Amino acid sequence: MHDVPGISEAVLWAIILSPLAAFTIITLYLRKIPQIAGYLSIVAIAISFLLALITLVDVLGAHGHVAIHSHEWFQVGPLELTLGVRIDGLTAVMLVVVSSVSLLVQVYSQGYMAGDPGYGRYYAYMSLFITAMLGLVLADNLFMLFVFWELVGLSSYLLIGFWFHKPSAAAAAKKAFIVTRIGDLGLLAAILLVWTRTETLAIHEIHHLALTGAFAGTTVTLFGLGLFAGAVGKSAQFPLHVWLPDAMEGPTPVSALIHAATMVAAGVYLMARFWPVLEVAPDAREVVGWIGAATVVVGASLALVQTDLKRVLAYSTISQLGYMMLALGVFGYAVAVFHLFTHAFFKALLFLGSGSVNHATNTFDMRRMGGLRKVMPITFGTFLIGTLSLAGVFPLAGFWSKDEILLEAWVNNRGLYTVAAIASFMTALYMFRAVFMTFFGEYKGGEPVDREDEDSHFHGDPAHPHESSWVMTVPLLILTAGAIAAGWWAWGKEFHHFVEAAVPAEALHKAPEFSYGIAITSSIIALAGIATAWAIYHKRLVSSEEIRKTALPIALLLEHKFFLDDLYERVFTIRVFQRGWNRLVERFDMLAVDGAVNGIGWVGTQSSRVVRHAQTGQLQLYGVGIAAGVFIVAIIVFIASPL
Amino acid sequence: MLLTVLVFLPAFAGIMILLLPATRASYSRWVALLGSLIALALSIGMFFAFEKGGGFQFIDKASWIDVGAFHVQYFLGVDGLSLPLVVLTTFLTTAAVLVSFRIEHRPRAYFASLMVLSTSVLGVFTAMDFLLFFLFWELELFPMYLLISVWGSGRREYSAMKFVLYTVAGSAFMLVAILALAFSEGTFDMQLLGEANISSAVLPLRWVFLFLFIGFAVKLPIVPLHTWLPDAHSDAPTAVSVMLAGVLLKMGGYAIIRTCITILPDQANDYGIWLAAIGAISVLYGAFVTFRQTDVKRLIAYSSVSHMGLVLLGIGALGTTAMVGAAYQMLAHGLITGLLFVVIGLMYERTHTREIGKLGGLARQMPLIATGLVFAGFASVGLPALAGFVAEITVFIGAFQKHEWAVLMAIFGVVLSAGYILWTLQRVVFGPVRSEWDDADDQKHWWEHASVVGLAALVILLGVYPSLIMDMIDPAIGVISARVAG
Repeated sequence: MHDVPGISEAVLWAIILSPLAAFTIITLYLRKIPQIAGYLSIVAIAISFLLALITLVDVLGAHGHVAIHSHEWFQVGPLELTLGVRIDGLTAVMLVVVSSVSLLVQVYSQGYMAGDPGYGRYYAYMSLFITAMLGLVLADNLFMLFVFWELVGLSSYLLIGFWFHKPSAAAAAKKAFIVTRIGDLGLLAAILLVWTRTETLAIHEIHHLALTGAFAGTTVTLFGLGLFAGAVGKSAQFPLHVWLPDAMEGPTPVSALIHAATMVAAGVYLMARFWPVLEVAPDAREVVGWIGAATVVVGASLALVQTDLKRVLAYSTISQLGYMMLALGVFGYAVAVFHLFTHAFFKALLFLGSGSVNHATNTFDMRRMGGLRKVMPITFGTFLIGTLSLAGVFPLAGFWSKDEILLEAWVNNRGLYTVAAIASFMTALYMFRAVFMTFFGEYKGGEPVDREDEDSHFHGDPAHPHESSWVMTVPLLILTAGAIAAGWWAWGKEFHHFVEAAVPAEALHKAPEFSYGIAITSSIIALAGIATAWAIYHKRLVSSEEIRKTALPIALLLEHKFFLDDLYERVFTIRVFQRGWNRLVERFDMLAVDGAVNGIGWVGTQSSRVVRHAQTGQLQLYGVGIAAGVFIVAIIVFIASPL
Repeated sequence: MLLTVLVFLPAFAGIMILLLPATRASYSRWVALLGSLIALALSIGMFFAFEKGGGFQFIDKASWIDVGAFHVQYFLGVDGLSLPLVVLTTFLTTAAVLVSFRIEHRPRAYFASLMVLSTSVLGVFTAMDFLLFFLFWELELFPMYLLISVWGSGRREYSAMKFVLYTVAGSAFMLVAILALAFSEGTFDMQLLGEANISSAVLPLRWVFLFLFIGFAVKLPIVPLHTWLPDAHSDAPTAVSVMLAGVLLKMGGYAIIRTCITILPDQANDYGIWLAAIGAISVLYGAFVTFRQTDVKRLIAYSSVSHMGLVLLGIGALGTTAMVGAAYQMLAHGLITGLLFVVIGLMYERTHTREIGKLGGLARQMPLIATGLVFAGFASVGLPALAGFVAEITVFIGAFQKHEWAVLMAIFGVVLSAGYILWTLQRVVFGPVRSEWDDADDQKHWWEHASVVGLAALVILLGVYPSLIMDMIDPAIGVISARVAG
């Protein structure tokens, strides 16, 4: 269709197919030789990464051209479903994010997953996930996007439930899949709607129809909201964010890749992909912005009270994804993608850092850590830089992207700006709380190893924590480089121009100019958050217990996660749905529907007792039945019809 | 001749089995396997020899009974709608034979019944004379009754009788309708009936439509005519569950398209909305009740009610896309549910229970069986790249234009099915290991591998390469939907 010089279609398909080949080979042939599975998977993703880099360079050189290659998959009546790839600035950025973080995480896993009985299975699932995620960002139409969207959900399910013998892991996997599927209902409805109204699912055609006004009004608003429902599930937005903290039951590298850097960003990607729709649907855009804002606050406030390091990071991820949605709500298309890009590096870094800590202490409970900065200098240093980046400290990556979100919000919606600014104080506070609890003070001894547990593959000594091996620290160092420098791409709005070329120019607004006022304010807010954490959790000038007692109702609310899990699971799922409604339907089925049938049967048996004596076996009943049936029907017809 | 050979080949194998001497009774499974494999090969050959879009093919036609106004023919033929179902039948028959390899109790009678069952289903899918169709339809009851009541478990006689009486009650309506059409048009020829413009009959046509529909809806089944299905499934042996869920239910959906819609297009237009409504209700109702089941087989049975609701929803939309989706859903559901029952059967042989509360942690002791269950479960949930997804999305897109609200109801089934399937997997496959089955062996015999892998492979094939079959169904349904559109 269109073409970018220098990019062959085969390269784009190869990016998807390389990890798919690894998955297939591992599943079919390498179950018994897991070590090779790890290497194969790493080589496959390295190939994808190199091809993604080449693609990025080519797209950079092509100055915003878009290339689309589409093929019919199957056709039924007027419906034609296609498989195709689309490459533009947005996709190129996503490809690099996904493949680079994947590669680092896969290398790290060589250390982290060593000795696990499911080592080969782990690499198979990870390869499947990477395939699905790359397919999702390359898809040129909504249908194919949905296909990979669901496959991403499957691999997430498999990886969260990786240690399936743990009941908590099995439950978390189920919860993640079902909660995200609730959002997918909206996405599915959006697909049905757009096909019925426009007879196309191609991304560029939907862009075009939205911008020319052919696809407008309530329909386009509903379409936008349907897409957003899908994004709310996948990107863990309030009120469907509840699955993400539980998803931490999966291995930590999985959390870093899937539940921080890539899959959870897919919802943001989806909304960015269909930015022209949000552009022409102000109501939908407004909803996106405010749901994003609610998510920012919910995530940040819950992160304040977690004692599990990974859960702090999980709620932080929820909050940061909220920032991205908020950015979309204030016309920040490129800004949202930019924050997605920087966040991928520092959040993956933080998760892998927490995994490194876990390897030394055998726990994620921060109350059993402390003082680790001396024994784990690399982990500490990289974790600190990641934290500073997340808190938005100059000149690290997070500073640039968060600053731009605040700027867009300031210009376009002061209400959203206020929420975002307050939450950035909370961000700095909860992250430094975690840093102080984990790395400063006295070491509390970690979690003793349970040698009875066959499934534990912990081979260190928690009483004497030590730095992790180089396969784990090198990825940390590389990600640290990203957490520092990823934001510099925005210099001179380079990143923005690159990503904005992916949508038609008429869908874009002029970005506001850099403002020292906003930058300085946000820096002060971040530093204030850090100072507060220092005062409470390091110097202990104020006791955190005292604070808790003073604001007990709020503390309880936060400790119970706003009672949302209780509401969803205990009240709604179990009481209302399973023991209420479903039980009612089941009773009706048993007593009324089946009861009526058995009643007829009973009457039949009673009245045919006489007849039965003359019969030799039950099968004759069949003949009697059919004759009687015909007779009855004939009588009914005779009475009822005019003939 | 080819089609006749195919249809009667299983029954011939059945007769051969009955003729085996008692000392050679253990050979019966091999004869059954041979017969079903030849039938499978033959049907696959026909599948590839079939000219897509070429109407009815492989026709075998002969005058049979010619008395006065009655012109009954022996008439077999297949089009793009029925041929995939024929292949599905021969394939699942083979799978059913394989999962029965351990049958020790009266193997000759067992395998003979299974083979006759296969012939009767093949007959239903290929008969183009309405009376012949009816005979095949009724023939299926005999082996089914025996298979459930002799080789079943639990309240097997009750369940077998319930199955028979339900079908017979439906058949009574069907027979009246068939006779009414035949008296009015002077033929039982379904091809002629399907091309005729029938404006009146000895009965009001809407009655004819309704009677036919009732006869077939029992088989599908629809809510509220479904309660025989969970009973039949839970008491039937594995192979019979495979056949029942895999192909017998499809007789209902197939017959509605072939007769109700094709022969009486005007009435179809009038009642399409009701079919869609019943379909959507079945989807939800079936799913709700599924959540309450504690027996794995009953659970899958109720989920079948839910999934077959989609078939009716697609038919009720009457458009090409939706009806092709419905036909595809029949194939997909046949394979997926067939696979589910196969795997559950393997599990039952080892654990001797189907109570979810007594199961758990199987992934450690029986990794292959557990993998099969997870795979089939996700296929049932409608995961992309597997057959069920293609069918669901086609039905949804096809029906949305016509019955927006019904589709919006039915897509909730997508979340509900994820709910009950994943919850089941969590309780059966995952969680702590139970020591009861430490000594149980995993799926290990070649026949177990063959049936699981074969079904799974087809589920994937239909999921990634739908054109293989869509291109065959599409023209056949196109003719029908054009007739409905007038």
